[in-house]
Amino acid sequence: MIPAAFDYTAPESVADAITALGSDSEEIKVLAGGQSLIPVLRLRLAAPTLLVDIGRIRELGGITDEGNTLVIGAMTTHAEMADSELVKEHASLLAKAVETVADPQVRHRGTLGGALVHADPAGDLLAPILALDAELVVAGADGERTVAAADFFEDMFTTTVGENEILTRIRIPKHTGWGSHYEKFTRVAQQWSIIAVGVTLKVDGGVISQAKVGLTNMSSTPIRASAVEQALVGQAPTADTASRAAAVAAEGTNPPTDTNGDANYRRHLAKVLTGRAVQAAVSG
Amino acid sequence: MTRIKILVDGVDYSDDVEPRTLLVHYLREQLGKTGTVVGCDTSNCGACTVLLDNSSVKSCTVLAVQANGHEVTTIEGLAIDGELHPMQQAFHENHALQCGFCTPGMVMQSIDLLHDNPSPTEQEVREGLEGNLCRCTGYQNIVKAVLAAAAAHRESAPGAVPSGGST
Ligand SMILES: Cc1cc2nc3c(=O)[nH]c(=O)nc-3n(C[C@H](O)[C@H](O)[C@H](O)COP(=O)(O)OP(=O)(O)OC[C@H]3O[C@@H](n4cnc5c(N)ncnc54)[C@H](O)[C@@H]3O)c2cc1C
Ligand code: FES
Ligand code: FES
Repeated sequence: MIPAAFDYTAPESVADAITALGSDSEEIKVLAGGQSLIPVLRLRLAAPTLLVDIGRIRELGGITDEGNTLVIGAMTTHAEMADSELVKEHASLLAKAVETVADPQVRHRGTLGGALVHADPAGDLLAPILALDAELVVAGADGERTVAAADFFEDMFTTTVGENEILTRIRIPKHTGWGSHYEKFTRVAQQWSIIAVGVTLKVDGGVISQAKVGLTNMSSTPIRASAVEQALVGQAPTADTASRAAAVAAEGTNPPTDTNGDANYRRHLAKVLTGRAVQAAVSG
Repeated sequence: MTRIKILVDGVDYSDDVEPRTLLVHYLREQLGKTGTVVGCDTSNCGACTVLLDNSSVKSCTVLAVQANGHEVTTIEGLAIDGELHPMQQAFHENHALQCGFCTPGMVMQSIDLLHDNPSPTEQEVREGLEGNLCRCTGYQNIVKAVLAAAAAHRESAPGAVPSGGST
């Protein structure tokens, strides 16, 4: 189908984009890579009156090394992250998760900012961003504010980003030398996660010194598996540790029931996938 | 209406489009390039795949205005003076199509795939074509064709990367 008619503007700076978002058109939407928004427009599930295309704003691109922090511009595409040596070295969990998103064509267009603001509970980049304790920089008419990933996701398809705001960049504390793995469960190729588990951990002197675990599609927002993290820290990186941690993976979750599986099935999957993800993260 | 300037298959165009016009509709209806087809309403099938600045995209999921100032290569821009692109030739020789509806997208995505990875394994070919659905072939001969194109290219020009077409 063809989207309903809308006006279009493609500003070249964040300031101009924010001005456009404040204009008096009835329903204004930001357009990033369009890989979630255009399908929605085509099905006429949304009919904005003005699209503000942020794809021409250079300051929203790029992956930079700022000392202890990796900074990723909101318009950075999935493909750019998958190819980035900086992301692989300092945020390997994100690099691994991004490879599981959609297909090559979608990864050429879809952006990190778009994936996070869209906030689909089955989206694969939310749990890694949460697990990596990222900070998100949001710009609005009153300037910038920085939000911790733990406070960013409010509900399914809902984040703290307001109607007149733009997510500009994502700041990730470097996790250099951490092992990681993103274990995604799907039934067919090119599918959204039925559920997925992202694990990143650090092994020092034969002991897991730090561990961060995020769950995809186990609630209306991405969540941290705190019980799993606690079960890992201080333990030797053995199969035994992995299975003890996996046993508590469904604690505190509230998974959906849908045609891909019911809540109990998802809780079962969380345990199985956590065991696999921990084992894989230990070895790389 | 918004004016766009766009290089398609080596030719410069300057056209007025409605902002809601999908790139695939601009190519088919305004430029008459019906080689690129629409196979679904959900961005899943990949039949509409073209190269945008030499990277594969689903042209049903890009607005024509987003392509303003950029370069597009479609299936119609691949053959030069009637001579098939090596990927088209490989599809032909390996019987990699039956009804042919998925073929324009399959060929474009296969070119992108070899551009990224000139010597893929069979598994890598299957994963690289994850966003392209074929209802006829069972994929077997498509994978064979892509592997054959990669091998042919290694023999003819060792070290070089297959080009994205005429532009
Ligand atoms: C066939 C297909 C399969 C897919 N499979 C997966 C999958 O397996 N896993 C997965 O995680 N994702 C998947 N996706 C979604 C893909 O990752 C999208 O790229 C992503 O969800 C949205 O990014 P975008 O840049 O395309 O955003 P857009 O579609 O442009 O925007 C999405 C939403 O976010 C808002 N927005 C975007 N950027 C900003 C910003 N910087 N500031 C404020 N608001 C903003 C827009 O207004 C819109 O509401 C799939 C998509 C398709 C088409
Ligand atoms: S028509 Fe574009 S993906 Fe199906
Ligand atoms: S040949 Fe018919 S869909 Fe692929």
